[in-house]
Amino acid sequence: MAMTATVGHAHADPHHIGLVIEHPGPAPKRIVTAYGFWVFLLSDIVMFSCFFAAYAVLSGQTAGGPKGSEIFEQRNVAIETVCLLLSSFTCGMASIAADVHNRFWFYLGMAVTCVLGLIFLAIEFNEFADLIARGYGPSRSAFLSSFFSLVGCHGLHVSAGVLWLLTMMAQVFAKGFRADVLRRMMCFALFWHALDIIWVGVFSVVYLLGGSV
Amino acid sequence: MLGKLDWSAIPFDQPIPLIAGAIVLVAILAVLIWVVVKGHLPYLWHEWITSVDHKRIGVMYILLASVMLLRGGSDAIMMRVQQAIAYQSNGFLPPEHYNQIFSAHGTIMIFFVAMPFVIGLMNLIVPLQLGVRDVAFPTLNSVGFWLTATGALLVNLSLVIGEFARTGWLAFPPLSGLSYSPGVGVDYYAWSLQISGVGTLVAGINLVTTVLKLRTKGMNYLRMPMFCWTTLASNLLIVAAFPILTATLAMLLLDRYLGFHFFTNEAGGNVMMFMNLIWAWGHPEVYILVLPAFGIFSEVVSTFSGKALFGYRSMVLATMAICVISFMVWLHHFFTMGAGPDVNAIFGIASMIIAVPTGVKIYNWLFTMYGGRIRFATPMLWAVGFMVTFIIGGLTGVLVAVPPADFMLHNSMFLVAHFHNVIIGGVLFGAFAGFEYWFPKAFGFRLDERWGKLAFWFTFLGFYVTFLPLYIAGMLGMTRRLQHYDVAAWRPWMFIAAFGMLILSIGVICQIMQLVVSIRNREALRDRTGDPWDGRSLEWATSSPPPVFNFAFHPDVRGEDAYWDMKSRAQQQSLEHEAPEYQDIEMPRNSPTGFICAFFATIMGFALIWHIWWMVILGGIGAFATFVVFAWRDHDEYVIPAAEVARIDRVNLEERRSLVSMAGAL
Repeated sequence: MAMTATVGHAHADPHHIGLVIEHPGPAPKRIVTAYGFWVFLLSDIVMFSCFFAAYAVLSGQTAGGPKGSEIFEQRNVAIETVCLLLSSFTCGMASIAADVHNRFWFYLGMAVTCVLGLIFLAIEFNEFADLIARGYGPSRSAFLSSFFSLVGCHGLHVSAGVLWLLTMMAQVFAKGFRADVLRRMMCFALFWHALDIIWVGVFSVVYLLGGSV
Repeated sequence: MLGKLDWSAIPFDQPIPLIAGAIVLVAILAVLIWVVVKGHLPYLWHEWITSVDHKRIGVMYILLASVMLLRGGSDAIMMRVQQAIAYQSNGFLPPEHYNQIFSAHGTIMIFFVAMPFVIGLMNLIVPLQLGVRDVAFPTLNSVGFWLTATGALLVNLSLVIGEFARTGWLAFPPLSGLSYSPGVGVDYYAWSLQISGVGTLVAGINLVTTVLKLRTKGMNYLRMPMFCWTTLASNLLIVAAFPILTATLAMLLLDRYLGFHFFTNEAGGNVMMFMNLIWAWGHPEVYILVLPAFGIFSEVVSTFSGKALFGYRSMVLATMAICVISFMVWLHHFFTMGAGPDVNAIFGIASMIIAVPTGVKIYNWLFTMYGGRIRFATPMLWAVGFMVTFIIGGLTGVLVAVPPADFMLHNSMFLVAHFHNVIIGGVLFGAFAGFEYWFPKAFGFRLDERWGKLAFWFTFLGFYVTFLPLYIAGMLGMTRRLQHYDVAAWRPWMFIAAFGMLILSIGVICQIMQLVVSIRNREALRDRTGDPWDGRSLEWATSSPPPVFNFAFHPDVRGEDAYWDMKSRAQQQSLEHEAPEYQDIEMPRNSPTGFICAFFATIMGFALIWHIWWMVILGGIGAFATFVVFAWRDHDEYVIPAAEVARIDRVNLEERRSLVSMAGAL
């Protein structure tokens, strides 16, 4: 009986859950900043999810206007997607360059990211302008309202990202790879990659699923 | 040039808002002139407006909430008086004005009283309880506060320039759409909430990161004070729920400004989507407000019972359970709108389930008191008053969570009585308890107990006399938001409610008197030890008010109730420690970023409301430029030399030692 108790005790906590690991104290600034920015990104994704939900609810409400399959051009969307995915890669290159304090590769990576982002925005702007010119603006139907808002909200984020990107380049130019500049660069990279992830959602839900209706 | 803005925006024909506006304007000007003439402006600018110290920002949040409480309270008085006299008559408020008043009352009380009050207390106390020197993002903290203030300013501006929404505090479409609300009222509502919502989100991110990443050595999760846990839960809810509000209001604004069809009646818009979205934010919002209050009561009950909190772990579990379940009950706000019996049943059951963890909390507080040596100081009175009141409010809540009952009570005065019962009895009592409890920590002197107790009893009784009649009126079939009525049976109850409002107002006056008397007697009420209540958590381990760096050393936590533990160990061991080696402390430098950013946000918000597009662009550029200038600065921290730290800390240690040795002698 006593023996079983001993054995039981030895095996009761195989993963050391009962062992209290002392908290080491406040985390370093780099961790705190990145963590906070992650939390922000999660909240941003919640906001996008509302626009996704609105699109899901309203995508059939065409009010006699065009359906998704009649207005989406898969070729353009494919080019947009390639631009954004490539820009995530170049943004990653710029991040690595920043970490090793290499100005040339940093500027090059950021510049290419910027150009790809601008191409993406130009294609999106064209798509919007073309739809509005054909009378299929956001006031045409609830479906188009939700389409313009969801895709436009992502576009606004990319525009803000480009503005941030240019500011980052100017900061590195003026201040060099200071600790606070590097922290901001890390946040920017997180932001840019998050936009990519959201675009994957937009691409799938809006253009693939919505385009098949 | 000025968009829709012209002289017709000033309500010259309506004396009430005009006179109220004029009085407020004169008061503000008088304060400003006094500040400038007395030469306080540099002090205010350097020590408060540009401060990034979490304690100062917390105090400013609470000040904002208190001022707005008076504004929202005046609205409440007007509504109670109107309903008392508007039997078979028009009363003294024209319908369109009455509609603005109940909309403004709800909006102000939730967004600009309850929210800033609890966020202010969390800001003030949580870093101290965690044993750290500041929040995770001090400058952003200041930005968050000033954006909240911007929202409050815009709401009050609507009093004299234009109008406020007439749609109720959640602006349901299609009433809030352009066709039924063509004026600027809804735009005031939406833009002020968008701007202050950004501020709230920033505060939420900041506090989540602070609790999860900035804790002193040894402060494991299960050693955190209960208030830190509820802060974590509440701010997780902010981060998860406020973006929904932002998105929903953005859709409403797109409908109104650019002719979109999210919530319109034509072109396939879906009004019920607004209901679902707004309440998917709105119900968690209830818990965003009340969870911090639960945390305050946990601290207060345990301190004034002289016992550790009963069932600490079950309390943590209950808090986190509420955090999750709060996202699963939103549909109970519109049982009557055709979701069908199955859906209604599911949400009705979920709504009853969320009462379970709340019940667990009530029992934990009761068992904490059981066998304790209870001191009925003012904060404890608020806590006990809360328990009684909140149980009644909770039970009527469970009642309306039953869909068939809700079909009878939906949109009635019964519902109005219910949510005031939980919001006043829960959040406001909690805010007052926290105010009384932590005031000495913030300012270094205690509040006058006699006036505090008077304030409690008048508010407590006033609450019941005001709101119990509303339950009965609701049972008698009175719906909410009535500008006038013809049913004689309701009238006596409206009279009693108006009388209750009078008692409540005396409570508010007592609270103001308490502040005045305490400030006058502050030398006699001075708290020299930093531990006026014989507290248990780390905020009492530093002086009152704490030095800017909070703690000379990061405290080393060995268990729950960290400071209580330290005190008992200090009494057992010898009190003389070897002289500690002080070190330089780096603190974040003050920054006007928040204030300037809010200045541009105000311009931008105002311009958006009145369609002044060039001004919108100007405000946007200004706000961006402010951030770039902030990002460009070279020194974001300053150093407090070790000698200075030592000087400040020794004074506090001396006071504290004399206290402990006195206690030892007893």
